[in-house]
Amino acid sequence: DTSCHPERVAIFGGTHGNEMSGVTLVNLWMKNSDEIQRKGVEAKPFITNPKAVEKCTRYVDTDLNRAFTPENLSAPGGDELPYEVQRAQEINKVFGPKGSPEAYDVIFDLHNTTSNMGCTLILESSKDHFNLQMMNYIKKAIAPASCLVLLNEHPLLKYSTSRSVAKHPVGLEVGPQPQGVLRSNIFEAMRVILKHALDFIELFNEGMEFPSCSVEVFRVSERIDYPRDANGNIIAMVHPNLQDCDWEPLNPGDPMFQTFDGKTIHYQGSGTVYPTFINEAAYYEKQQAFVTTRRETLVASAIGKA
Amino acid sequence: MESVSFPPLSSIAICGGTHGNEMTGVYLVREMQKHKVDKIGSVSISTVLSNPRAVDVCRRYTETDLNRCFTDALLSSAITDSTPYEVRRAQELNAQLGPKGSEKAVDMLIDLHNTTANMGLCLIFYNADYLPLQIFKYIQNKMLSVPVRAMQLDIPLSDAYSLDSLGKHSFSIEVGPQPNGVLRADIFNIVKEAVDHTIAWLQEFNSGSTFKAGEVEAFTVVKSVDYPRDPVTGEISAAIHPQLQDNDFKLLKPGDPIFLSFTGETVKHEGEELYPLFVNECAYYEKKIAFHLAQKRTFKLPSIHMKKD
Repeated sequence: DTSCHPERVAIFGGTHGNEMSGVTLVNLWMKNSDEIQRKGVEAKPFITNPKAVEKCTRYVDTDLNRAFTPENLSAPGGDELPYEVQRAQEINKVFGPKGSPEAYDVIFDLHNTTSNMGCTLILESSKDHFNLQMMNYIKKAIAPASCLVLLNEHPLLKYSTSRSVAKHPVGLEVGPQPQGVLRSNIFEAMRVILKHALDFIELFNEGMEFPSCSVEVFRVSERIDYPRDANGNIIAMVHPNLQDCDWEPLNPGDPMFQTFDGKTIHYQGSGTVYPTFINEAAYYEKQQAFVTTRRETLVASAIGKA
Repeated sequence: MESVSFPPLSSIAICGGTHGNEMTGVYLVREMQKHKVDKIGSVSISTVLSNPRAVDVCRRYTETDLNRCFTDALLSSAITDSTPYEVRRAQELNAQLGPKGSEKAVDMLIDLHNTTANMGLCLIFYNADYLPLQIFKYIQNKMLSVPVRAMQLDIPLSDAYSLDSLGKHSFSIEVGPQPNGVLRADIFNIVKEAVDHTIAWLQEFNSGSTFKAGEVEAFTVVKSVDYPRDPVTGEISAAIHPQLQDNDFKLLKPGDPIFLSFTGETVKHEGEELYPLFVNECAYYEKKIAFHLAQKRTFKLPSIHMKKD
């Protein structure tokens, strides 16, 4: 969509109430939004899951960042619905409706992870040339510091995020940070990424052209669960050689899990993959020890006023 | 110093899940229970999942922090319908592993904890009990690839509030950094090794070995520092400064940065030189503690051996 003129931008924090960078940044900007204002851009900071934020928990009834399915968004039941489904409907009214021309142009959704992912941008569509150009701009702006792009377009593993209400959803994931903890370096890193993202939108609105470019992405391939016993209890841990090695190549035969009595379980895939979300606290209950990705280069079309 | 003797240490308890989201203890106790570990040589072992309800929901506690419920006052308080779960559970544990201060109590209670702070392997105990101090020295000499330190709480037994105060000679094993709800293999391996060394020490003690006199350094908390907060909302207005973050046990001098505010100002440490501990522990935000400050003290240890009848 090279003709978009992104005027309405939202910054979501607290989609998971215990991911503190986003909660803190959004609260800061709700008090004083000077830092996020840009010419021609109305940037709205917003706490998506206030009850979860208050309890400093990921969610109250159900994961808000999985709740924006078509079924949920149209479900009747009002007050009887799980809290986060009600929230999803409210957010869809304010920032959507999802899929319609009235929806917000861009939503940045701020997240932290316990995984050693560094700064990661999450892309939901390989055909979103505006987002690809933005991500290219951000990567170049923070170089030599690294900011990688995770593409989740997998037909089964893709999920309905809060940000998916917008025309151009952008996930920001920064780690490692424990839930409930605010680390200064992680907080400031997220702040810098957002600064560049908003700069990009301002430049685009002023008429800057962004020529076609290549963007390296890591495309989600497979979810790998912990080995479990017949009762569903985990019987091994992420191996010390894999722990904290997000984005590093994992080759067939490499150590993957370590049992409680010290035995190694090896990766049995057919080729080299790039694991990420390694040992994310919130994913034990989602049956995920890590996710594998494959490296790909996407080409972003030129965008900007001719 | 003359050698000090103690009766045999024949009954111990290993506790995990006192905080339901500190995963190493939860899984180590579960593994020991799966393998029906109840006796190793001369030592009979009870393995206890301290707060099963909190473990089930993977939270620190359900109503109140179990590890603050073991004061004499709370252990003897009347139970009513409105008594929090953890206060009841503390009294159950006191009946099972104590009573606190009595002859019937387990000889030793080892409580397993994790912290989000970069504390390495830290043994925590009350007062200057020679037994945990000797075990600390033993572990420190055996485990050379991880920092091993000791923290000492100067609190009379009646006010001692934590689970380990139930045992006759007890300590907690606190290992970090590990996020709540996460099980790291490297941390698990460290805690397992420390527990194995403790059990080995107990075997040697019970077989009549003498453990030599010596000196150990331990840290005694003297005060705690809260985050700078907004005077109206009470919300924190600064984060632990990057130069203090992850630098537990590194001497903090006046003028060293401690906080970086969200608007870019640095707050500096004022007052005497002290050692920061539990820097940026997740569970302490609600207790209004950004970090503890401790003095480093040297403890002289006599040699110890088992008292023969």
